[in-house]
Amino acid sequence: MSEAAPQGGEGRELISFRIGAQEFCVDIMEVREIRGWSPATALPQAPPFVRGVINLRGAVLPIVDLGARLGLGTAEPTARHVIIVAQVQNQVVGLLVDAVSDILTVTDDMVQPTPDVASDMVRAFVRGLLAIDGRMVSFISLDRVLPDRELDHAA
Amino acid sequence: MDPMAEIKATFFQECEEQLAELESGLLAMEGGDADTETVNAVFRAVHSVKGGAGAFGLDDLVRFAHVFETTLDEVRAGRLAASVEVVKAMLRSADVLADLVHASRDGGSVDPARCDTCAAELSALTGIDEEAADDDGMGDIEFRPMAAPPVDMDFGLDEPAACEASAEPAGWNIRFKPQAALYAKANETVLLLRELARLGEIEVELDASGLPLLGDLEAEGAYLSWTIRLRGAASEADVREVFEFVDADCELEVQALGGDGEPLQTAAEAELDIAALLSMAQAAVEGAAGESPPEAAFEFEPEPEAPAPEADIAAILVAAQAAVAPAAAAAPQPVAIPEPANLAEERRTGDDRRNAELRRVEDRQNEASKAAVAAPTIRVDLDRVDRLIDLVGELVINQAMLAQRVTEEGLARASSVAMGLDELEQLTREIQDSVMAIRAQPVKSVFQRMPRLVREVASITGKQARLTTEGEGTEVDKTVIERLTDPLTHMIRNAIDHGLESPEKRIAAGKNPEGVVKLSAAHRSGRIVIEVADDGGGINRERVRQIAVDKGLIAVEAQLTDDEIDNLIFLPGFSTANAISDISGRGVGMDVVKRSILDLGGRISITSRPGLGSTFSMSLPLTLAVLDGMVVTAGQQTLVAPLTAIIETLQPKHADVHSLGGSARVISIRGSYVPLVDVGMSLGYRAEPLDAEQGVALLIESEGGTRAVLLVDAIQGQRQVVIKSLEANYRRVPGIAAATILGDGRVALILDVDTLVAASRTAEAPRLLQAG
Repeated sequence: MSEAAPQGGEGRELISFRIGAQEFCVDIMEVREIRGWSPATALPQAPPFVRGVINLRGAVLPIVDLGARLGLGTAEPTARHVIIVAQVQNQVVGLLVDAVSDILTVTDDMVQPTPDVASDMVRAFVRGLLAIDGRMVSFISLDRVLPDRELDHAA
Repeated sequence: MDPMAEIKATFFQECEEQLAELESGLLAMEGGDADTETVNAVFRAVHSVKGGAGAFGLDDLVRFAHVFETTLDEVRAGRLAASVEVVKAMLRSADVLADLVHASRDGGSVDPARCDTCAAELSALTGIDEEAADDDGMGDIEFRPMAAPPVDMDFGLDEPAACEASAEPAGWNIRFKPQAALYAKANETVLLLRELARLGEIEVELDASGLPLLGDLEAEGAYLSWTIRLRGAASEADVREVFEFVDADCELEVQALGGDGEPLQTAAEAELDIAALLSMAQAAVEGAAGESPPEAAFEFEPEPEAPAPEADIAAILVAAQAAVAPAAAAAPQPVAIPEPANLAEERRTGDDRRNAELRRVEDRQNEASKAAVAAPTIRVDLDRVDRLIDLVGELVINQAMLAQRVTEEGLARASSVAMGLDELEQLTREIQDSVMAIRAQPVKSVFQRMPRLVREVASITGKQARLTTEGEGTEVDKTVIERLTDPLTHMIRNAIDHGLESPEKRIAAGKNPEGVVKLSAAHRSGRIVIEVADDGGGINRERVRQIAVDKGLIAVEAQLTDDEIDNLIFLPGFSTANAISDISGRGVGMDVVKRSILDLGGRISITSRPGLGSTFSMSLPLTLAVLDGMVVTAGQQTLVAPLTAIIETLQPKHADVHSLGGSARVISIRGSYVPLVDVGMSLGYRAEPLDAEQGVALLIESEGGTRAVLLVDAIQGQRQVVIKSLEANYRRVPGIAAATILGDGRVALILDVDTLVAASRTAEAPRLLQAG
């Protein structure tokens, strides 16, 4: 999760999506597929941002309400919502977002460092900001999108 | 991987198998239930390791294997008795050999002193005997010099088979001629001969000269007779006993073989060496004869002066048949006689191959007996099998989804689509079962590692211990097997270190100074039950209790049943050894064992009888991939309860449910009060407790045999579900064991009955809810 300093040159592709009024993007290399919303099976003792699990061709996929994770409030998923299936380290996770908007091709020097607006949420997830056609798109890191793996259960 | 490394990897894989074979063979010899084939198998194992090691230039390994092989060869040739000491030395050598193989594979080295000691020990064993061997003039005769073709066929009926020198043990010469009545009473000569073979080494010759021409042959007649030379210590009574039930229907002569060999002995002294060679070759051929008909056919070559060509053919035919019979356990009666032409053909090919075969007789023997031991197998990467299993799992889910959709479409049950689907379902289930069977392996692979452990732990602790195993062939999924090794190792260490008493104490208690640890496996109602039992002193309950009090695990005034005290040893941080030994007191205790068994979806329990020993019993699922479950609803969520945990389901009545304290409820079932766990509540799916009468109660038995009732809203049905990991993409969830996918394609959670009940019992339910 080192915030690599922008150093130009290398181009990369990002997928941008919308949650409420804000726009975010993730590295396209992290995205495995995009699919429509289907009802999830609720998990007991899950944090509020974990909507539950769905069946992705035989695998059990946890669904994270990315808006709730980022502190933007929980979504009321409808058929128009979208799940971005992303690879996070060795796990696969589904991100519930409002809509996918674009594929952006950017170079590293276009990524501006996150301004020092010391919020935990920002520090944990936002890798940098992009200015695309006058809109601000937050480039987010998915490393900490899932709750910690190990519960200190029955400690 | 480069080709050489690949071949080498295969070699080491095979080494593992050979070492396992070696060890189990030696153990059989130690247990005294070994026959010649076992000794041969042991020899072959060491021989193959040596051969392979030579090819890869693993000199240390070759050197040691060679010494080992030499000793084994002495045993095999009967020049060195497989006494307890000899077998023990060989078991130690097997350990060294295994270490050498592993050192060659993984790098590293084996203490040379240990190798040398062991090698010296082996040489000492053979050294003593070499003189004795020389005495009987046999020296180092081996099978291989059998290149000379002229000697090949001289051991027919008229050639007394074994002309070995005077050291030959006495035995019996048995002539056995069944009468038709014997067959009419459904007796089998094969079985009789086999019975004789149990008494000692036998050589059987068939006399088919009484056989008439095909035209005169009476289908139910008896024309054959056998001459059996039995070596060994069997008494005449033993021999007669074999024929006890048939002696009225046969001619039977039993003659003692003289101490100087055969009563029929004709070989001249000068021919002694050749004769000895012949007899050895014949013995080798005979070894193969049981499995390999063509060789048997020439072995039973009739007398040269057979009456007529036709009869000759017929006789050979019968002889061939008789030779086949021991293997096929078919009646040796000439009932189904194939075309004589075939027979001649068979004989001719037999003749042609004979010379070459005699030369390679040892090798062929290896092959034949290997083929008899194991059906053909192939090696497959585990990844491929796992991929297949995953795919089949998806197929099962898909099939269920399809079936559900067909039902939703309102197609009649008798429609061809629905019927086709039924067939598909059966087929999928069959595929699933077969695929699961691929992963199933006998627990032998784990059990095999234990004898060595027992030897080592016993020698470290200064105790005498013997391991007996039972049910090694019991099959269970590979993943279960893999994860069984550690807990089993730990339990066996414990059994010897803590369970068995010292030899002095055992003698004082009137027991055999050698303690027995029994390891057994069996299938029981869809699970595998593995038990580790020792015949030691049993659990010292007072001490266990005292330790638990000292360590603050239980209150001083706690009233515990014997069973509860026994189960204290599973508590974390419990160790009963007075002095912490370096074997089992490493800070990991039985709690770790219990944890790993629970992780496998198993249970562990202990029964102990003071002075008689303790038994640890583990019950594990046969596979970690599927589970028979009851699909239930709790608070609008569909859940699956493992069927193995459920004892019965019942409809609770208001009158049976009682509040106990604050929110706890108990239900009275046939007079006993059982805690009631509201599944919807404890998983947080429901804020208000479910009215018991509105729901269905599942009576379950959790770990340690305690009972509880799970209250759910409704039961949807019962089905086999494919277990899907929740941890792979998420994390462990308290109260949930895993997930599965139902016919509608949705994920359902599988309840972890034990943690659910434990949470409610220790009033941790509120904490459980807050977790995460």
